[in-house]
Amino acid sequence: MSKRAIYLAPLSVFLLMAVYFAIGLTKDPKILPSALIDKPVPEFSLPPIDNGTPQGYGKGFSSADLKAGGISVVNVFASWCLPCRTEHPFVTKLAKMKVAKVYGLNFKDAPKYSLKWLKELGDPYDAIGADPKGRVGIDWGVYGIPETFIVDGAGKIRFKYVGPMNGDILENQILPVIEKLKR
Amino acid sequence: MKTGLILLAPLLGLLWTAPALFLSTAPAWAVNPDEMLADPLLEKRAREISKVLRCLVCQNQSIDDSDADLAKDLRIIVRQRLTAGDSDTAVIDYVVARYGDFVLLKPPFKGATLVLWLGPAVIAGLGLWAMVVFLRRHSGQGGGPGDRQGGGTQAATGARAASRPRPAPLTEDEKKRLAKLLKEDGR
Repeated sequence: MSKRAIYLAPLSVFLLMAVYFAIGLTKDPKILPSALIDKPVPEFSLPPIDNGTPQGYGKGFSSADLKAGGISVVNVFASWCLPCRTEHPFVTKLAKMKVAKVYGLNFKDAPKYSLKWLKELGDPYDAIGADPKGRVGIDWGVYGIPETFIVDGAGKIRFKYVGPMNGDILENQILPVIEKLKR
Repeated sequence: MKTGLILLAPLLGLLWTAPALFLSTAPAWAVNPDEMLADPLLEKRAREISKVLRCLVCQNQSIDDSDADLAKDLRIIVRQRLTAGDSDTAVIDYVVARYGDFVLLKPPFKGATLVLWLGPAVIAGLGLWAMVVFLRRHSGQGGGPGDRQGGGTQAATGARAASRPRPAPLTEDEKKRLAKLLKEDGR
């Protein structure tokens, strides 16, 4: 081993760590990898939102709907969730494109407020299921809403986005995954 | 005796309120009484499990410590699974299946975490190896037992002394000059 190599060793160790930290520290620790990617959706059956009528509001949906073939997007939202409000126009935009069925999972919400929220902002969802206790949400590994899942025709979760969707994320992350699954 | 108690009373009162003072900044006691199981053995197991599970909202607290809504839900799920007869590992697996390894405060030892677990030991080993190589090389070059700094036992100082050229002994002229200077200094 030459002497010069020894003098270069600290520098190379430093550079290695610099690269490591440059990548590691720019990652958002709040965003977790989903344990459910490429796994089948959990078994569940959600009722519609209780609006006082026997049939309720929003039809409700279950794991069977997600396995019926065709791509679905499951968007976890609640009226108490402020980022959900900023995300809402993009969920609407996605639903209008008709590239996938868009389901709303109404997470730990009071029917009164979720109905008001949907009336005010509009209801983009093909179906809404109410999860007032959050148990189905936990089965989906939900920890911070809004969260958006993309499920393939066979009922496998293929993609998850945590946080409010915006135009950029819709164009560059959500739609490409749907396009890829269509092929 | 009685006066002693009276004197103690304000102190005890202070002790009693002290936690409340802390509570104004720290989160409230996380495990609420209404969540606890009637069976103390099951409750004890539930507490132990809750301590190893991370609250995903606050991230560096366990669900046992956290007052977050999700932590509360998970605590209740842990207790429901235990009451249903699940083993401790089954309960933990149930949560890991939904939230991944990150939900465990102590990362598991497996392929993906090998670097995490063995990295520090490998780096320490490399450092030790480098140190041994360095010291051996330098003590071999003349830091032997006759070394003025303390010989082979104090390899580190010996090595440092050995790496510098040894100064030449004083000439007669220099010795005379030194004696003269010392004498002047003494006066």
